[in-house]
Amino acid sequence: MKKKSENLIRTHNCSVIKIKEIPIVDYETFFNLNCNLIQSPERHLSHYFAIEEGKALRIFSIISDDKSREIFVSSTEIDKKKEIPSLTNKFPSFHPFERDIYERFNLKYSDHPWLKPLRYPFYSQEKSMDNYPFFSFDSEELHEVGVGPIHAGVIEPGHFRFICHGEKVLHLEIQLGYQHRGVEELFVKKEKLLERVILSESIAGDTTIGHSTAFANLYERLCGFNTTEDLHFSRALALELERIAIHTGDLSALSGDVAYQLGQAVFGRLRTPIINFTQSWGGNRLGRGLIRPGKINFPFTEELKQSLTDILIEYERDFVEMAETFFLRPSVQARFEKTGTITKDDVFKMGFVGMVAKSCGINRDVRFTHPHGLYKAIKLQPTILQSGDVHARAYLRYQEVLRSIEFIREILQTIPSKISKKDLSDAPLESQSLAISLTEGWRGEICHVALTDKNGKIAAYRIKDPSIHNWFALALAVRNNEISDFPLCNKSFNLSYCGHDL
Amino acid sequence: MIKTLSVLFHNGRQFIPDVINASLKPPFRGRPIITNVKIDEKKAVELCPVGAISRNPFSIDLGKCVFCGECSIEFPEKIIFTQDYKLATNIRERLIIKEGEDIPITIDKSQIRPDIKKICKKSLKLREISAAGDNSAEWEMNASNNVQFDISRYGIEFVASPRHADGILITGPISQNMAKAVEICYDATPEPQIIILAGTDAISGGIFNGSRAICRDFIKNNHVDLYIPGNPPHPLTIINGLLNLID
Repeated sequence: MKKKSENLIRTHNCSVIKIKEIPIVDYETFFNLNCNLIQSPERHLSHYFAIEEGKALRIFSIISDDKSREIFVSSTEIDKKKEIPSLTNKFPSFHPFERDIYERFNLKYSDHPWLKPLRYPFYSQEKSMDNYPFFSFDSEELHEVGVGPIHAGVIEPGHFRFICHGEKVLHLEIQLGYQHRGVEELFVKKEKLLERVILSESIAGDTTIGHSTAFANLYERLCGFNTTEDLHFSRALALELERIAIHTGDLSALSGDVAYQLGQAVFGRLRTPIINFTQSWGGNRLGRGLIRPGKINFPFTEELKQSLTDILIEYERDFVEMAETFFLRPSVQARFEKTGTITKDDVFKMGFVGMVAKSCGINRDVRFTHPHGLYKAIKLQPTILQSGDVHARAYLRYQEVLRSIEFIREILQTIPSKISKKDLSDAPLESQSLAISLTEGWRGEICHVALTDKNGKIAAYRIKDPSIHNWFALALAVRNNEISDFPLCNKSFNLSYCGHDL
Repeated sequence: MIKTLSVLFHNGRQFIPDVINASLKPPFRGRPIITNVKIDEKKAVELCPVGAISRNPFSIDLGKCVFCGECSIEFPEKIIFTQDYKLATNIRERLIIKEGEDIPITIDKSQIRPDIKKICKKSLKLREISAAGDNSAEWEMNASNNVQFDISRYGIEFVASPRHADGILITGPISQNMAKAVEICYDATPEPQIIILAGTDAISGGIFNGSRAICRDFIKNNHVDLYIPGNPPHPLTIINGLLNLID
């Protein structure tokens, strides 16, 4: 699969490459190479990060091609003190990643249009979050509205600052970082496998399965362990259960935001049988304890199959009835349609992933474009909508839930009987390598990257939650909308604060 | 209208009538029991990803435990997780489960501040602060108020402003970046300024214990009124814990 072409390496999802095989080119070549790669509408940035190598910085770029299923890895080495031109200036989808490099290593970009701290990590030079350089204006007609970090509801912290003209939002700036826990450093510091597993489950609690699957797939590749059928089965099943549960919960919250109490109550209660099933399988409603590299502590049984089959029949009946009632309500349509619109152009420019892309007519979903495990064998129907507004993102959830149920029914036909019990806690890792794993969480593309040193120890671990791309979509979506529609827009994206802040 | 009635009819009554006696089934992991069976204790201590297991006497600290259950898979005869979800207490030491003991975790009523007893009888308003919480405990907090668990029927509510609250409920290990906001929010809360920690991350830092991005000063400097363990705590753990505090 690996082909060495001139200045980059071609690989695929869930793969390991030797670091020395990745060509190091000068920054100008790297810059042009990445400009050329990202131009194509089928490609998007999956990750872009730097690591320290003595006095130099080595930057890696990982771009995924959704058509050919290839992943392009390129790299460059630069002097930390040198000022360099920014890719963001040409292709804004690089913006959070270059901001991260700036914040981590104090690397100066000469023409980055939006060079600001990203998440105020403990290793940043900027210690206080108080002096965030908000976009400001000089006007007597406009006013600012600040919200957070602590919000009115029981949700995670983040600061939003709106610039409004009357009720209309002209600009929203989102300041994050409050949730920073130093996850990436802990992945390196904590050397026991179980510690890392628990960490991967805690990157974002609502995406426990998504992130722990990304980690498990990556770690197995690093150990040279061939993921067995039963592990693929349980991961795909758990991922789809997570998707159904969260999408249902989101529909409940969206109902609440447009004061449709019946929807809020019914969708809210419908999530319960799904997460309770996850609990009856692995002991935890979020699926903690289910995904482990090399093994599964809770094999899927015939009884579980029977119970899930029954639950899904009842769930689907009530869910469809509620959803059909919900989306036909004039009051719901009036609030959802043409609210918080994102265009196809925005998606290409900003590199949005997951639900945001899928609601704008773009099939950017790892399950179809970079399938791994069971997704390779079983064909799922992609759900693609066009309008890019709150309605599209809500309706997408409804449709995706139905697709996931279909998928689950299909995979339940054959439950793998052989159970993998491989203990990988002392397994040696491939040395001096870079491992990439992409997983489609319910929000979108999750990307985990690990780099190992010459002793086979993890030297750097980089995590990308889809929220890193998509927070900016929220900022764009609320422009020219009424500020009272902000909660609705926000919920229609339901982005992760902790996944972003790490 | 007819559709709405049909939805109502099909969904029926959803609330759990008795949240105090509801039962959970295995493999749910609630309060563990440690038997007197002899095992390689060192190995068990080594195994635990969060240092919740200690020796002399052999014990598990539920304030640190992430309920991954790996110890009971490795030593099934030594460590048995029961389905007892009533884990909340106001005494930190009671979260430490010792070898050979099978005692339910309860609240020491005599240690509840008189103010709480006086002011919060039958009504408790809390301001939830997610301080680097990973949205799992927050999730279960919200679930406690869905139509099934319906915590507000007991007069317990999560309010929007600390000014309307009797106290704060913290989830997450408290990041440096949230430390100031936690202080400000706490200062804005009127008496009795209850402090509740929900979830392992909040109680001990959990898997983030020792991270350089975490700041635990607030917990060290203030009196905690209630600990609700779990990773995240189950809604039944939350509801029973809060009810026992004000009952």
